[in-house]
Amino acid sequence: MLKLENLHYNTTENGKIKEIIKGIDLTFDNGKTYVITGPNGSGKSTLVKLIIGILNLSQGQIYLNDLNLSPLSIDKRAKEGITFAFQKPVTFKGIKVKELLDIASGKKNNVGESCEYLASVGLCAKDYLDRNFDDKLSGGEQKRIELAMALAKGGKINIFDEPEAGIDLWSFENLTKLFSSMKTSINIIVSHQQKILELADEVIMLKDGKVERKGNYQDIKPFLSENKCRMLN
Amino acid sequence: MNSIEQKLFEKLTDLHKIPSGAFSLRKNGVTEFSSTKEIEIVKKQDKNGIDIIIQPNVKGKSVHIPVIITVGGLNDIVYNDFYIGENSDVFIVAGCGIHNATCKTSLHNGLHTFHVGKNAKVKYIERHVGEGDGEGEKILNPVTKVFLQEGSHMIMETTQLGGVTSTLRKTLATVKDNAKLTIQENILTTSNQIAKTQFKVNLVGKSSGVEVISHSVARDNSFQEFKSDVIGKNECFGHVECDGILLDNARIISIPKVDAKCKEASLVHEAAIGKIAGDELVKLMTLGLSQKEAEEVIIQGFLLGN
Repeated sequence: MLKLENLHYNTTENGKIKEIIKGIDLTFDNGKTYVITGPNGSGKSTLVKLIIGILNLSQGQIYLNDLNLSPLSIDKRAKEGITFAFQKPVTFKGIKVKELLDIASGKKNNVGESCEYLASVGLCAKDYLDRNFDDKLSGGEQKRIELAMALAKGGKINIFDEPEAGIDLWSFENLTKLFSSMKTSINIIVSHQQKILELADEVIMLKDGKVERKGNYQDIKPFLSENKCRMLN
Repeated sequence: MNSIEQKLFEKLTDLHKIPSGAFSLRKNGVTEFSSTKEIEIVKKQDKNGIDIIIQPNVKGKSVHIPVIITVGGLNDIVYNDFYIGENSDVFIVAGCGIHNATCKTSLHNGLHTFHVGKNAKVKYIERHVGEGDGEGEKILNPVTKVFLQEGSHMIMETTQLGGVTSTLRKTLATVKDNAKLTIQENILTTSNQIAKTQFKVNLVGKSSGVEVISHSVARDNSFQEFKSDVIGKNECFGHVECDGILLDNARIISIPKVDAKCKEASLVHEAAIGKIAGDELVKLMTLGLSQKEAEEVIIQGFLLGN
């Protein structure tokens, strides 16, 4: 179980404190998939970055079962089982896909294991294992490999920040299968996409740094279109 | 070879023993060598060094010419000339390993000249290794002169991963019609080490080209300087990329010069020097590496991953 208690996150702009996350309390139960949605600027990405520790809380606590994650560094949280797939994958100079999958797994994968991770995201391993994970890969390739790294790492909490972004041709069906295969852990997905929202056991709608409402997809659906109109307006 | 020499030899060549075929091993100023029918090695009469003569149309052969120094106080200057026959395709591994456990300076200056024949292809690997606990300096000042005839291609990979007190590497090249020079340089300096590299490439031929990629990492109080001078005298393409990662109190200077003497010349210089990108560190930390481990992975990849 993951528990967020009274989370606050502030930044400073032109000497003034700006509140980005304004007191969020949430509980995530094992075996469930949660989709966080909401208009741009509502704090979705900020919230998940606070969970992994990329951003530091201004106030509040994060508990993984009985363990208080709040004082832990990013790598310690990762070792405790928090996995994070970036919205925009970070590329490197000279680090091979295979090496990154090994780092993610915490062990040297054999070829079969590495192939399995890449095959799960629709990539042919022999074309990618020895390639550098750099800007020469297309955005879609980078995104799939980012997801393969998350798969290789595994964990108690899998966080995906807009996993569908940049994946044009790869069907959502495959992505759906991927998330379903992780059902034993908690999946937290930031997304706007209907097909992803439909996967959720619970949809959490953020607005202006707060939880506006939560519930199953059918309950939230009417408010999503309202939100969309607001966003378009 | 004793265990220190064996270790240096392996670091320089990736080999466990002296290979069969053409090779030269220079140990503390004394050279032993052997030739084959296709690759002849001849000792110079007037000065230290050898001529390596590769016949035309020799394909898929390699030559290893490592230099090993395990004594202090040696001042070793060597002139090696390579003649690569037309249409050949060969692999040459050179480099110098110094193990200096004394308080006296050991120095090796390798002056290499490559005459690459028409349509020949050569891959040249040069590694520098410095080790030993003595206070004696380990100094390497290589000079590489390259003459690329029409349609030839030389790939030059130079690597120096710490341990060398001071180095000044000069590379001078003349590139003729349809010929290409590709240089990948990887340098790590630590403590108070100094590494300077200077490239001067004359693109004289039509459709000639040069690509220089320099990756450098400077740690502690070390200092690196990268100078490049690409001169386009014809319709040609030149691309120089200098990427540097700075840690601690180190310093890197990049001094580019591109000189287009022909309006059809296209010359590019890119330089980026800075600390390790924060997002790269964060990404590896989300995979469970500590900040220190993440830094090492990024640096190793940057220096050796291409």
